[in-house]
Amino acid sequence: MSLAELTISDARRKLQRRAISSVELVRACFEKIEKSNQLNAYCWTDKEFALKQACNADRRLAAGDASGMCGIPIGVKDLFCMRGVPTQAASRILKGFRPEYDSTVTRNLQDHGAVVIGKLNMDEFAMGSSTEHSAYGASVNPWKARGCTKPRTPGGSSGGSAAAVCSDLCLGATGTDTGGSIRQPASFTGIVGIKPTYGRCSRWGIVAFASSLDQAGPMTKSVRDSAIMLGAMAGHDAKDSTSANRPVEDFEASLTGDIRGKKVAVPREYRLPGMPNDIENMWDNGVAMLRDAGAKVVEVSLPHTKYALPAYYVIAPAEASSNLARYDGVRYGYRASLDSDSGITELYKRTRAEGFGAEVKRRIMIGTYVLSQGFYEAYYRRAQRVRSLIKRDFEVVFEQGVDFLLTPASPSAAFPLGAISDSDPIKMYLNDVFTVTVNLAGLPGVSVPVQLDAEGLPLGLQLIGRPWDEASLLNCAYVLERQAGFSVKPQVWWLER
Amino acid sequence: MSISRSEVRQVAHLARLYIDEDRLDDIASELSAIIEFMAQLEEVDIENVDPMTSVTPVELKKRVDEVTTGGFPERILANAPAAEEGFFTVPKVVE
Repeated sequence: MSLAELTISDARRKLQRRAISSVELVRACFEKIEKSNQLNAYCWTDKEFALKQACNADRRLAAGDASGMCGIPIGVKDLFCMRGVPTQAASRILKGFRPEYDSTVTRNLQDHGAVVIGKLNMDEFAMGSSTEHSAYGASVNPWKARGCTKPRTPGGSSGGSAAAVCSDLCLGATGTDTGGSIRQPASFTGIVGIKPTYGRCSRWGIVAFASSLDQAGPMTKSVRDSAIMLGAMAGHDAKDSTSANRPVEDFEASLTGDIRGKKVAVPREYRLPGMPNDIENMWDNGVAMLRDAGAKVVEVSLPHTKYALPAYYVIAPAEASSNLARYDGVRYGYRASLDSDSGITELYKRTRAEGFGAEVKRRIMIGTYVLSQGFYEAYYRRAQRVRSLIKRDFEVVFEQGVDFLLTPASPSAAFPLGAISDSDPIKMYLNDVFTVTVNLAGLPGVSVPVQLDAEGLPLGLQLIGRPWDEASLLNCAYVLERQAGFSVKPQVWWLER
Repeated sequence: MSISRSEVRQVAHLARLYIDEDRLDDIASELSAIIEFMAQLEEVDIENVDPMTSVTPVELKKRVDEVTTGGFPERILANAPAAEEGFFTVPKVVE
């Protein structure tokens, strides 16, 4: 077995016993990365850069550094700035950009001794659910359907992160989640991914998409690994005024495996007409597993669920159109070549038209439209009011003593690349139906792999928790993980000899 | 609710995006479909509902308005597509 196949918790034990070194772990990852180009998971790697960090980590380990992430090779979504490291948000408009500063999350991880081995592919500016909207081309899911050779999406937008963790090209990866971009790819690849409570991880240095919804989180091979990695990512940061000034609990210590007496709710509005049988079946199984573990399962209503997607697709593009105004061809990134008599407006327009991809332009247009004079009240303001109602739905349920909600993470398993036409954006948006509500309400949500569908593709369940209650949410996820006992790995087809 | 060619042109201008004239119809129909999808929001009774303007119910933190960092123009300009003598350079903006 390759060392790259270890979980973070197993690698940690071996590292701290000095049975293996971080350098060996990093080399094991690169051995696989170098033969896995077909997955297109990484958009940038640097072995020397990684080995240097690994040597430092080994020194810290020799000196008895106890941090759980010390010496662990991780991949970083291309949305996180790191000083001197190419950061493009998978967009042509940031071509050549090497930030002069670190994002707080990657800084925290590196301060804990984590070894960054590369940047991971994604949908451009995190806008998408398939990683097909990327300047680097699509990432490919290590999983294939039984008897089908079609390459499938690893989901999105954190699809490179999901593909890399699933195929052991790193031990864990950072993702970001604005409407489901950690949880849906985690579900599509059979891994664990948590979107923490809004404000848990600093957004500073993460290329902004929709600032009131964006949140970073870990994507890992197990719930325990997510608990370890989230602990190293989270924390207050004065540089992000929305980052919460509250202590970061020991998430791993909360994994007791005991959820007896906890109340788990199933929201009836999430039972969509026409939902695949496999998804229904998985959901029922999940209910049975949590019941077996001693939880009380009840049905609840979240009456405004239906309006979450339309509200999200007003709010997110509105914030995006404002955030993306900074890409003007003047301060960083791509600049269009123009005739000498062109003016500055022409420079902006050409740079942005050539630099942004189709989906990003579409969202900028929608966002600009809903914020423009005469439409602001009708769309943006109205969507913000509906957002209040969606958040209130959850508050009412939590006031009734519910600890967690259980839902599917995604309405389908991984679909073939190219299956959803670029001219049908709404069909792509429907992927987020079970996850956007959680971003709108600012809650923590975790996706846990549970079973394979009839075609042999992984499916995940989502658990939603109370604000700031990641500790017990992860414990419930840990129980679900143990009950499900999901341990299948995809058949390896992608390794070049 | 549908978006016209001239609205697309106007929104593209506000967003500073160059759009080919022969793409206007396609974009208008794409955007119209999305706007129609959003029209579902009109069904919701929002009387007496405040807009959600912050995710967590805490007052936005304030800090003293003072210079805390700076003094490294070369780092600020390091990624500029064009810079000269410590400045970003752009096409002529004054007639």
